[in-house]
Amino acid sequence: MITASVLILLGIGFTAAVILAVASKLLYVYEDPRIAQVEGVLAGANCGGCGFPGCAGAAQGVVDGKAGATVCVIGGDAVAEKVAAIMGLEFASMEKQIAFVDCTGGFRAEEVYRYAGVKDCRAQHMLYSGSKMCPEGCLGYGTCVTACQFGAIEMGPNGYPVVDPNLCTACGGCEQVCPRGVITIWGMSARITHLNLETDCLAPCRQRCPGQINIPRYIEQVSRGDYAGALETIRERIPMPLSIGRVCPHPCEGVCRRGHVDEPVGINMIKRFAADWEMNSGTRLPIPCAPDTGRKVAVVGGGPAGLSCAFFLRRLGHSPTIFESMPKLGGQLRYGIPEYRLPKTVLDWEIQGILDLGIDVRSEQFFGKDFTLDTLREEGFEAVFLGIGAWMNLNLRIDNEDAEGVSTGTEFLTKVGLGMESGIGKKVVVVGGGNTAIDAARTSVRLGADVTLMYRRTRDEMPANIEEIVGAEEEGVKYLFLAAPTRIVKDGDGRVTHIEHIRMKLGAPDQSGRRSPIPVEGSETLMEADTVYTAIGQKPELSCLYENGVCQLEETRWRTLAADPDTLQTAMPHVFTGGDMHTGPALVITALGEGRKAARSIHQYLNGETPHAAERTQRDLLPYTMFTDVPDVGYRERSEMPHLIECDERSCTFGEIEGALDEVQAKHETCRCLRCGLTCYNRDMAEGQECASGDCVKNQ
Amino acid sequence: MDYFVLVIAAIFVNNIVLAQYLGNCPFIGTSKDSGVALGMGLAVVFVATLAAVITWCVQEYLLAPNDLDYLQTIAFILVIAALVQFVEMFLKKAIPPLYKSLGIFLPLITTNCAVLGIAIICQREEFGLFETFLFSMASGAGFLLALVLLAGIRERLDLSRVPMAMRGTPLGLVMAGLMSLAFFAFKGMAS
Repeated sequence: MITASVLILLGIGFTAAVILAVASKLLYVYEDPRIAQVEGVLAGANCGGCGFPGCAGAAQGVVDGKAGATVCVIGGDAVAEKVAAIMGLEFASMEKQIAFVDCTGGFRAEEVYRYAGVKDCRAQHMLYSGSKMCPEGCLGYGTCVTACQFGAIEMGPNGYPVVDPNLCTACGGCEQVCPRGVITIWGMSARITHLNLETDCLAPCRQRCPGQINIPRYIEQVSRGDYAGALETIRERIPMPLSIGRVCPHPCEGVCRRGHVDEPVGINMIKRFAADWEMNSGTRLPIPCAPDTGRKVAVVGGGPAGLSCAFFLRRLGHSPTIFESMPKLGGQLRYGIPEYRLPKTVLDWEIQGILDLGIDVRSEQFFGKDFTLDTLREEGFEAVFLGIGAWMNLNLRIDNEDAEGVSTGTEFLTKVGLGMESGIGKKVVVVGGGNTAIDAARTSVRLGADVTLMYRRTRDEMPANIEEIVGAEEEGVKYLFLAAPTRIVKDGDGRVTHIEHIRMKLGAPDQSGRRSPIPVEGSETLMEADTVYTAIGQKPELSCLYENGVCQLEETRWRTLAADPDTLQTAMPHVFTGGDMHTGPALVITALGEGRKAARSIHQYLNGETPHAAERTQRDLLPYTMFTDVPDVGYRERSEMPHLIECDERSCTFGEIEGALDEVQAKHETCRCLRCGLTCYNRDMAEGQECASGDCVKNQ
Repeated sequence: MDYFVLVIAAIFVNNIVLAQYLGNCPFIGTSKDSGVALGMGLAVVFVATLAAVITWCVQEYLLAPNDLDYLQTIAFILVIAALVQFVEMFLKKAIPPLYKSLGIFLPLITTNCAVLGIAIICQREEFGLFETFLFSMASGAGFLLALVLLAGIRERLDLSRVPMAMRGTPLGLVMAGLMSLAFFAFKGMAS
């Protein structure tokens, strides 16, 4: 019995051993020795952030060619360098990626939701219901906080996740677990080159902003006192927050949902507060740039579009050179906008910050004369951005328009901007109703003239900003509405003495929606004037594009440069455009936005791609996100921009009129923001509750 | 019908963990996360079925003819340990995706008394080969069910306000006990 037992057990053992020995021979799986080597140099955290099941899986992935040397999300450049050495690869430093919380709406939640266990946000929401009113966006249960193995995310005071960029390894754990698509792993370049998509979280203000600034995000950052963060958010879209904070007519505020309750949030005031905070601190915040690529790009035109394009090209690692025809950079910001709206010292400070990134400037260089597209190519510029603006004025097409004393508003403003003798008289008539006309009128008042502004429609149809119209009136500009010039009367010396004008009446609305003015026959009247400034529109001067009478680029029927509306690529693949040259006279913020859009396309072009935009790129307002009312929101008074100079003193000085909000006012203004997401907004805690500063934070 | 009763009894009435109290160690150890619990449960279903069928053959053709039934436990342990190693090698070679998804759970099963228990119960109940196959698979499924249920409960407990001393394994054991009591309700439905 004992013998049998021993024999049986030995037999089973021996058989098992033989089977396993044979199996190990037959089923042997060759393992590349490099797998062990790579695994040895990885961080060993088994975090799964690389997308492989642990470090062994990642090492296998590297050897199989499924992952690069940068596979380890927490090891950084040091580990990547070692992995590259093992694999015989060349290592280039990678751009830092971090988790980016854009927590005011998120993706279409229903579309992206995947059940991930009872602990996830959705399950919690169903079990215990949420504290958030918002049916989309972050639920605030912190699934992402628990998913982060590096302690980089915590729930902020407003109940939304806040990422510590120093601890974030971009492992993607948070992104994977978030059921609402609120967190994205992004690098700087990707953020800069991102165009608004219809699937993004787009509050109405953000949809309307021509610069695509993430307005809810920077308002939230200012509300937290993170002014540097707010500026970084703004500078991911525009390089000139100081200037824009002063001159933008803020179309965003026109669609602000708060406007259904009381008044729109003072979005531009908040932007200006953040920008002034940096300038007043005396030190510039560092602006990160991608590693140098050494690719040269020529930026023709140093106005808002050119500066914006150069700024973003530099941030994407390229080497732009700005070619400017005027002595200084700034374009219409410098030569078209008067000192009292945008002081030159402020503009200089801002432009210097942009140039400090490493941008070359060649001033007083005329395109088409000093250099051409061909010479730029010969110099080694791989792409060209054309942004020469729209400086050519439209004519009145009336008799004696060439009389002495008649000139255009932009010429006048440029002379004043350059500090030249403007030749202004005592009795000035400005013709036009846009911002240039108002700027010319208010500047004339400051130079001691008696100013009348003649406009062929009524005050309600004036395209100028309402603040400007009111400001001009306060300073003594007289308005003559429903009047159009018909003739200039000049004396024997050829100098203007009178302007003849005809009364107009409003007819049916035209294509722009405004009622067309119709002349009233026989109502011609003479008005005394020794100076007439016309400001009835501008267009780009495209003659510089012609070489020997031939232009390789296409024009539109509005005499602007034709380009793809999304990529801004022209008929010549390496030439891009933007700003007024492409759109015709438009807002500064539009030009800045186009500059970034062009930089994005140039970046794609230099990387060997065909410039393109995503299929669902947002172009117009998304109709279903536009509400007609917002219930359960209480009245909160809008902050007022302080005036640095009282009305009586304004007409004799070019000093800046508007000041910035102080910190308390800025915080108050941020607390008026409803933090709108895709289809939601933050209601008050209780209906009709009024704002008390201390409660603001918990309401958001 | 008998087979249906056999399966129901194995899963619910005589659940290998909650009624037989076997495999408590992996039951508590791998029930903190539903994803892990599912992986472990599936691995047990696979190995337990294979092990029961092979040990049935060992018993039937080797031990029983030689009157060596008393060697059953040690022989089965030997067979199961070798089997798990073999399965691991085979999967690594033949089905790498499955091997990767089972990961650490395969080696863990070597020391899982539930697998041995299932094999021994099949002998004690004198099942035929097909009954052994069915019973072992159903028992594995019972283990899987208990594991996933407990994992669900424990995930929710993690979010609840629980006294510090009771957090983790203590409360896991209490929950396992309560689940066991709940499963006693199936007693009498089948045997």
